[in-house]
Amino acid sequence: MSRNREAGSDRKGLHGPTPEERPRPSGRRSNQGVRVDPDAEASHDPRRTTISALVKHEPGVLAAVAGLVSRRQFNIASLTVGETTNPETARLTLVVEEPEPGVRQVEKQLQKLVPVISVRELGRDSIRRELVLLKVHGDRPAEVQAVAEMHDGTVLDVGPWTITVEVTCEPTKVDDAIDAFRQFGIRELTRTGSTALARGDEWTTDAEEARYERMTDAGEYPGHTNSETTTRPPTHADD
Amino acid sequence: MSDRASATYPEEETAPDPREDGDHNTTESSENRPENDHEPTKPRTGADAAIASLDAAGVEHVFGVQGGAIMPVYDALYDAGPAHVTMAHEQSAAHAADAYGQVTGEPGVCMATSGPGATNLITGIADADMDSDPFVALTGQAPTEFVGNDAFQEVDTIGVTRPVTKQNYFASDADTVGSTVSEAVELAGAGRPGPTLVDLPKDVTSAETDSQPEPGKLPDYYEVPDEADDDAVTAAAAAIARAERPLVLSGGGVCKGEASAELRAFANAYELPVVTTMPGIGTFPEDHERCLSWAGMHGTGAANMAISHTDCLVAVGTRFDDRLTGGIDSFAPEAQIVHIDIDPAEMSKNVHADYPLVGDAGSVLEQLQTAMPGAFDAARTDPARYETWAEQCVEWTEEYPMTYSAPDDKPLKPQFVVEAMDEATPADTIVTTGVGQHQMWAAQYWTYREPRCWISSHGLGTMGYGLPAAIGAKTATPDREVVCFEGDGSFLMTLQELSVAVRENLDITVVVLNNEAIGMVRQWQDAFFEKRRMASEYGWMPDFATIADAFGAKGFTLDSYDDVADTLTAAREYNGPAVVDAHIDPEENVFPMVASGGDNSGFALTEEQL
Repeated sequence: MSRNREAGSDRKGLHGPTPEERPRPSGRRSNQGVRVDPDAEASHDPRRTTISALVKHEPGVLAAVAGLVSRRQFNIASLTVGETTNPETARLTLVVEEPEPGVRQVEKQLQKLVPVISVRELGRDSIRRELVLLKVHGDRPAEVQAVAEMHDGTVLDVGPWTITVEVTCEPTKVDDAIDAFRQFGIRELTRTGSTALARGDEWTTDAEEARYERMTDAGEYPGHTNSETTTRPPTHADD
Repeated sequence: MSDRASATYPEEETAPDPREDGDHNTTESSENRPENDHEPTKPRTGADAAIASLDAAGVEHVFGVQGGAIMPVYDALYDAGPAHVTMAHEQSAAHAADAYGQVTGEPGVCMATSGPGATNLITGIADADMDSDPFVALTGQAPTEFVGNDAFQEVDTIGVTRPVTKQNYFASDADTVGSTVSEAVELAGAGRPGPTLVDLPKDVTSAETDSQPEPGKLPDYYEVPDEADDDAVTAAAAAIARAERPLVLSGGGVCKGEASAELRAFANAYELPVVTTMPGIGTFPEDHERCLSWAGMHGTGAANMAISHTDCLVAVGTRFDDRLTGGIDSFAPEAQIVHIDIDPAEMSKNVHADYPLVGDAGSVLEQLQTAMPGAFDAARTDPARYETWAEQCVEWTEEYPMTYSAPDDKPLKPQFVVEAMDEATPADTIVTTGVGQHQMWAAQYWTYREPRCWISSHGLGTMGYGLPAAIGAKTATPDREVVCFEGDGSFLMTLQELSVAVRENLDITVVVLNNEAIGMVRQWQDAFFEKRRMASEYGWMPDFATIADAFGAKGFTLDSYDDVADTLTAAREYNGPAVVDAHIDPEENVFPMVASGGDNSGFALTEEQL
């Protein structure tokens, strides 16, 4: 009885070659689990990128995404959310700063959330904008106006003590714009975070493309009829 | 899933009563039900719709605890629906449902009231989440108009369970509560299984509705992968054909995906050595020569040597948990990794997948096997080249035997008790465990031959899992023998459930490997904290045999080798729950051992090697 019982011995632990006596493997992996090749050392620097997610427009989705980002320690620069033309869906735009495997993980973990319909990393050519509201001291209104114009901004409110300016621009240029107003003394500012769409006739998410095709085929898309020639925007193939 | 798919959805007002099949054990609550064949006179409610949905999904048992906000749902169970097992504590209801789901492959369902009922479930929900078990929780909630006002027994169940559920639902309407429950059950088992939860405000379950159960529907955009991309399969097959030392790593996903047959066929076709993960125990028979048993922190020497030296790891249904990999830098450092998993997010999450194959384990293994002959031709190789490697792996099993010394004049060794029980019981016996040293011995010294025989808490490591899991397992399979190994510390956390086992007359045998300590912590303190045994040694434990007797179970105490066979036989033959309090050598430790974050090939065989 009891096949592994060793008769007559009284010792602790198990038999076998000690760690020093064993053959040990030679390779290694990086801390991202990639096998480290002597020829091609694989290490990735973090990069900043924009991820767009089409989600169901229902309570709890934002909390689910925020919880995911926090729990998995993803590094995000901003997160924006808003309705789409479809009342049942909303769009989330995340700006992520992660090394390559981390970016893929953000995409895949987002896609895994049940209320998330479609996820895509947008290319470098995507249209990205961020809005910032700045409230500066009001003692140099003409100069504030001039700086605002240089940054394609708009003066929204002028009072005896403060001037409020809106600047909307490429997210990478927001910091420069803010810096330009520091000379006036910034009392308060708020930024929306980056929002984005894919450029040209490219769709931002696959699910929206599929819905568009489904609805145009059925003649249900607002502003379109079922006629291919009059309704479809020109594609490169048509040129 | 097939049962559910073929379930019929009644159009009549009354849902079918599954107890009329007469093929499952009678529970207390069904005995108490009055014999009334006439139509219920009370109007149909949201609670009735929820219960009808469970029925339509083929749910036969639910585990739960009553309470204020869930009362309408319990009231609906009075007339119809699955049989109910009343547990002593909600955490145990969750563990019982979890084990039920693991044994049957269908979602296990538990119920609890709002507030403390829901929060007590959370450990069990998190356990199901970590181990990807099909699982559904129904929780009561304060009436909708009070939600958000800090009402009595109100807690933000949706908020606190969100990080540990696959998806949760707040039922806001009596007309849709039925379809929400149907979706929750369907989703729990779809793709990679996991826990779902439906929060049921009392006014919603009390409100009238005429909605009828509908088949569980997944969101139309929700994709469950089946076959992997053909080109990716071809590339993976080529990598295997080029390899000289390929190794199959079979994880819990093989069990959940019912792919054990495909995995065995694949490994046996090319005579590949196989290691499993802990959740994968039994997916490849442990008495097979090429089975090196399980790898990782307390895995066998052979499994850890093989995983460290393979040049191509075919990993199926595993998430490369740190208890398996040890330090990532030294994990399978010479291997190209072919990773088969149904969850794309597992690809390259912890370990880079050179060949990611996203799909159902069985389908992808079949694709891979189909692609192998072409891959061997293209590489101008054949499976004979693996022979030397397979022989090397078998040699390692001889070089690192799991033998233990057990002198007659010293305290009982736990390994001996586990082996004795294994030898005494039928091959299809289900083993459940708590968490700690006893769990490792039960995993190491029992020979598992089939999937779904080893039921344990892996990812979360929940002490106290064993007894409620045994209740769930026995309820699911009354005809199979169920043995629960517990530690003394672990058993203390849920032993109140003995009352349930007695009330339900469940014929289970609990073996407490009692070393009067939180033994695994004590082992780590000895190795890594200079033997400073802070809060790990109890020095005194209650008499578990007397406790068992007081609960109405049958208690046994076991101290010597001479009594092991007779005591285990008596406990097994007792018709009802039996508890064997086995006083084991308190100084016995679990080996082999890879230190946390360490190199698998440097596993220690003795404490001095740590």
